[in-house]
Amino acid sequence: MSTPKNLSKEEAYKHDLKGYVTGLGLALVLTVIPFSAVIFGMSTGAALWLIAVLGLIQIVVHVRYFLHVDLSPERREDLHLLLFSGLLLFIMAAGTIWVVLNMNYRMMPGMHMIGM
Amino acid sequence: MSSATDATYQAPGIAYGAAEGHHHDRAATQLSGFWLFMMSDLILFGCFFATYGTMLGKPSLAGGPGPKDVFEMSGVVIETAALLLSTFTFGLASIAIKYDRPKREILTWLIVTLLLGATFLGFELKEFITMFHDGAVPQRSGFLSAFFGLVPLHGIHVTSGSIWLLIMIITIAKNGVDDLTKSRLARLALFWHFLDLIWVGIFSVVYLGGLA
Repeated sequence: MSTPKNLSKEEAYKHDLKGYVTGLGLALVLTVIPFSAVIFGMSTGAALWLIAVLGLIQIVVHVRYFLHVDLSPERREDLHLLLFSGLLLFIMAAGTIWVVLNMNYRMMPGMHMIGM
Repeated sequence: MSSATDATYQAPGIAYGAAEGHHHDRAATQLSGFWLFMMSDLILFGCFFATYGTMLGKPSLAGGPGPKDVFEMSGVVIETAALLLSTFTFGLASIAIKYDRPKREILTWLIVTLLLGATFLGFELKEFITMFHDGAVPQRSGFLSAFFGLVPLHGIHVTSGSIWLLIMIITIAKNGVDDLTKSRLARLALFWHFLDLIWVGIFSVVYLGGLA
């Protein structure tokens, strides 16, 4: 969080508090929307897209407001670590799903209509 | 200590003991090390998520119960709310420590966090017991094996986080807040926030994805 440097202790306290409250507010909104979509029976396809997009946004919100990693130079190392781990995660997870579903497709004729 | 190093760790947020010389240097190194641990943990969770993703097809159900048969929305709502609120109350404890608020305030927020963590674990356990009762056991199908690999793994993390938190509460109640406590709590805060981040993935992929 890039705080202006010349804050009094009280101002800095309020600034940090505001950060957590903002984080909670955003996270609540990003949680309530997908839950409502599922509870009130939005069509499956649209709901899955909504859940995926809002889930990714919520992860960014958590990283920014709770783990305090942002684009400032002070947090660059942690940001690089997170992004690189995210890349590894994507390669492994997406790769696994791709490879396994592809094998399923090739090895089980008639059963490849996978209902997600 | 170069001024560049100072700048790195005086960034507000999670590093509580920003202006405390050598102690602080060590605390910052340990915090960086903890980041590395969390990222390896992230990869571990990623592999379990990937496994779960490959076990969603019809053949993996092996004629057993699917997501819509075993998941209950009400439990997930409570678990999600408890964990999200607990991450916020931990944040309140973090700033209480950072700005040298009274010990009572720090302890209050940490205890509220622990209670919310326990609520989460209680409802999760209740969910697993119901599933076992209904015959949805790990050995029933690939889907259920993957489910019981992923979700309880997160539950075990929350359990160990809660034990750690309980120890910190006792330490602070007995000895007050010193540099060592600050450093340990900074790492626990990262761990706790990280677990809520993983839960966002679980409720999105497993529960909402399964019930949509």
